[in-house]
Amino acid sequence: MKHSYLTGKEKMIRAGLVVLFSLVALVALFPVISLVVAAFSPSSDLMRFGLTAQLFFSSFSMDNFQSLFGGEAGAYWRWYVNSLIISIVLIVLSLFFSSMVGYALALYEFKGKRFIFVLVLLILMIPFEILMLPLYTMMVNLRLVDSYLGVMLPLIVAPIAVFFFRQYCLGLPKELMESGRVDGCTEFGIFARIMAPLMLPSFAAMAILQGLASWNNFLWPLIVLRSNDMFTLPVGLATLLTPYGNNYQVLFSGSVMAIIPIIVLFLFFQRFFIAGLTSGGVKG
Amino acid sequence: MELERSVQTAGPKKQRSNILYSKKAAPYIFVSPFIISFLVLSLYPFISAINMSFQRVLPGQTHYIGTANYERVFNPVFFTALQNTTVYVVWTVVILTLIPMIFAIFLNHRLIMFTNFFRAAIFIPALTSVIVAGTIFRMIFGESEAAFANQVLQLIGLEAVGWRYGAGTAMFLMVALASWRWMGVNVLYYLAALQNVSKDLYEAADIDGANAWQKFRHVTFPAIKPIFIFLSTITTINGFRMFEESFVFFETSSPGNIGLTMVGYIYQEGIQRNDMGFGAAIGIVLLGIIFVVSIIQLYLTGAFKKEGA
Repeated sequence: MKHSYLTGKEKMIRAGLVVLFSLVALVALFPVISLVVAAFSPSSDLMRFGLTAQLFFSSFSMDNFQSLFGGEAGAYWRWYVNSLIISIVLIVLSLFFSSMVGYALALYEFKGKRFIFVLVLLILMIPFEILMLPLYTMMVNLRLVDSYLGVMLPLIVAPIAVFFFRQYCLGLPKELMESGRVDGCTEFGIFARIMAPLMLPSFAAMAILQGLASWNNFLWPLIVLRSNDMFTLPVGLATLLTPYGNNYQVLFSGSVMAIIPIIVLFLFFQRFFIAGLTSGGVKG
Repeated sequence: MELERSVQTAGPKKQRSNILYSKKAAPYIFVSPFIISFLVLSLYPFISAINMSFQRVLPGQTHYIGTANYERVFNPVFFTALQNTTVYVVWTVVILTLIPMIFAIFLNHRLIMFTNFFRAAIFIPALTSVIVAGTIFRMIFGESEAAFANQVLQLIGLEAVGWRYGAGTAMFLMVALASWRWMGVNVLYYLAALQNVSKDLYEAADIDGANAWQKFRHVTFPAIKPIFIFLSTITTINGFRMFEESFVFFETSSPGNIGLTMVGYIYQEGIQRNDMGFGAAIGIVLLGIIFVVSIIQLYLTGAFKKEGA
């Protein structure tokens, strides 16, 4: 920026904005920082101060992580693995199916196209919570209660992702599909080999959003999962929050570990995230 | 593998007018997963939710009881849940549409520095799960005098508060948790919309001698209005669906139901008390409320008016 040309008033505006957003950033980060501080503090500290939030260490300790990695974590790592398996499978499946649907809705002309698009919008408006009791009954009848499939089934085709992919695909060049046909590609081949690479930014954005949604999903797993060993991470951590489950060592170090896959996912795809979001929103 | 083969052998196969090459069949094959999942996982449960709401559902046997479930719905507990949810919706909609708008406009100001850092900082809360975030909030807003929020209160000369035990403070906790988590996401949405405002419009406004407020009203706001409508609709619907923010502070029971929400009530009756018919009836009423409120809201925000587009 052209520092030298700033007037006195402009300098004051700049300083004011920086101070304002530093405060906002502090408020936003404070809870996360204090979680990390709590996780790396001796467990005796947690008890002595009555579980209060701190910005700074009174003393640094790996106690909590030792109980997490030292075999005192109970079912914690099972929950972790459950969540990882469910989230990875869901990201792959929901991106695959939702992108196909969005792609077809944007780039093909066919009978019933408008009707299907309206259906997508309609489902977006019906809250999942209305459907959860019948879905639960269905899972009981299919004997899918307490299984990975039971958790994943209702989330495999995500209407929000279908909508997003459709918006994104509207901006893709149709001519490429024609040239793929001339070269003798199957219709699915055109999708997978020619068009999907062009959709990478939208895949990245949806991978983050779907990954976040399934990693942090709570209500449905809470309903459909029964046994401690099948819990996903949020459901398992919630059992540590109850008055009877005062395992704070695992709760705090475990919460820190719970954020790590999301941060990895985010850093991995972040380059495309905002680009994917905005281009999806603008076209249409 | 298969794809590669299909490309190599494409020539001869084409003559057989294989379904793989059909431009007509392809879209239907592509949308079939959605159709199947819609029929099995949305339409069927939706119909059975309506059906269920007229039944008494007992293990092994169900029978129709007419509108009895609906007559039971409108009881004092329901109205407590409805009131809590409505207050929550109003607060979150106001906070999560207006403040991010102001933040985004400031973050988009030509004089601001370190924008990337500030953006990242306010987005990070969205990465945490409600359970993790709620754990921290319960620490910050603990009941003891040593809890952080209470120390701040005492520092400015106020009394320590039992945050989770009062109706007002319980609502504050739930609204604060949601606001903290979603602020950054909404700021990003507004920022994305602001990027599309042409600089020429501001220059033209400058030439016409418009002040800051006039520039906001006539240039900035029209550009971000679609996002404003989108966010207020989404925040309303999500507000009526709220469950987790309440669960993380109160599990499933709060003193005097101060933390009970509509979905919490469905969970309590349908899952915990196994009264599925009654739970389904609450759900249908909730759907009706969401539908009516969304229509009113879209009407008020002018989404139904055709504005040149």
